[in-house]
Amino acid sequence: MDNFTVGIVVFPGSNCDRDVSWALEGCLDIRTKYLWHESSDLSDVDAIVLPGGFSYGDYLRCGAIARFSPLINALDEFVKSGKRVLGICNGFQILTESGFLPGALVANKNLNFICDDVELDIVSSKGGWFNNGDEKQTIKLPIAHGEGRYHCDSDTLKKLIDNELIALRYKNNPNGSSFDIAGITNEKGNVLGLMPHPERACDETIGGTDGLFTLKSLILK
Amino acid sequence: MEQFAVKVFVRLRPSVLDPAGEATKSASIKLGAEGIKSLRIGKMIEVKIEGNGENEVREKIDLLCDRLFANTVIEDYEYSLEKL
Repeated sequence: MDNFTVGIVVFPGSNCDRDVSWALEGCLDIRTKYLWHESSDLSDVDAIVLPGGFSYGDYLRCGAIARFSPLINALDEFVKSGKRVLGICNGFQILTESGFLPGALVANKNLNFICDDVELDIVSSKGGWFNNGDEKQTIKLPIAHGEGRYHCDSDTLKKLIDNELIALRYKNNPNGSSFDIAGITNEKGNVLGLMPHPERACDETIGGTDGLFTLKSLILK
Repeated sequence: MEQFAVKVFVRLRPSVLDPAGEATKSASIKLGAEGIKSLRIGKMIEVKIEGNGENEVREKIDLLCDRLFANTVIEDYEYSLEKL
């Protein structure tokens, strides 16, 4: 795994890119490379993180304009090849806007920007993104979003449930998300989108290490 | 080429909760407005566009609405078109 490199996409307005890099490099000794959103050459990265922030100011809708960047266009082939993509917060919004994951993320029910630690039940570890042992696992991760209310129609929700695509559910739903959904994967399991920030829970000195497992799983084949 | 002025209205689908609309409704009632049964907030996008006739322009606007202006998972759209 010496040469394994995780690409971290940087949009105008990304603000968690350096946090992700710190968590991967500093806590997990995984090499990273920043990818400017106008680049479409993904040949020298083995996995990709779409970090949190406000891509293109989140004009129109969160993630709506980022979807048209050359990098997101190139992502289609990357995902089809089975390589892993992790979308955190704004990255999750971009993944839904661009159709890599179903549903959409809309304004929190109480209209507040919520910055808090939340408890999450691991529902499925499809793709190996979470440590889901025999017993029901709960982890604690920080959230920080104004538009994190997951919404999908009832057919999509049924499909998510039936195919075990729901990765995380809030124990105490903070934002009004359908079915308490905090994170989902695609059918293949190589794409995960979640509103909580695993990169902000990678060291005891900042309040916990429950995010390490997910970031570490980026190097899974 | 003809020029058209297009007004696109994007609205949250009825099944999607509109908390900003609810908050505005609540403020409207505090202002003393009576009888408000529902208040929902959408967006209006004005586009000036040229093309070879209305049909061609409608095709372009349909594409823009479907792929960019609205996310049809959560929003509906409609538009009016006026020849300039």
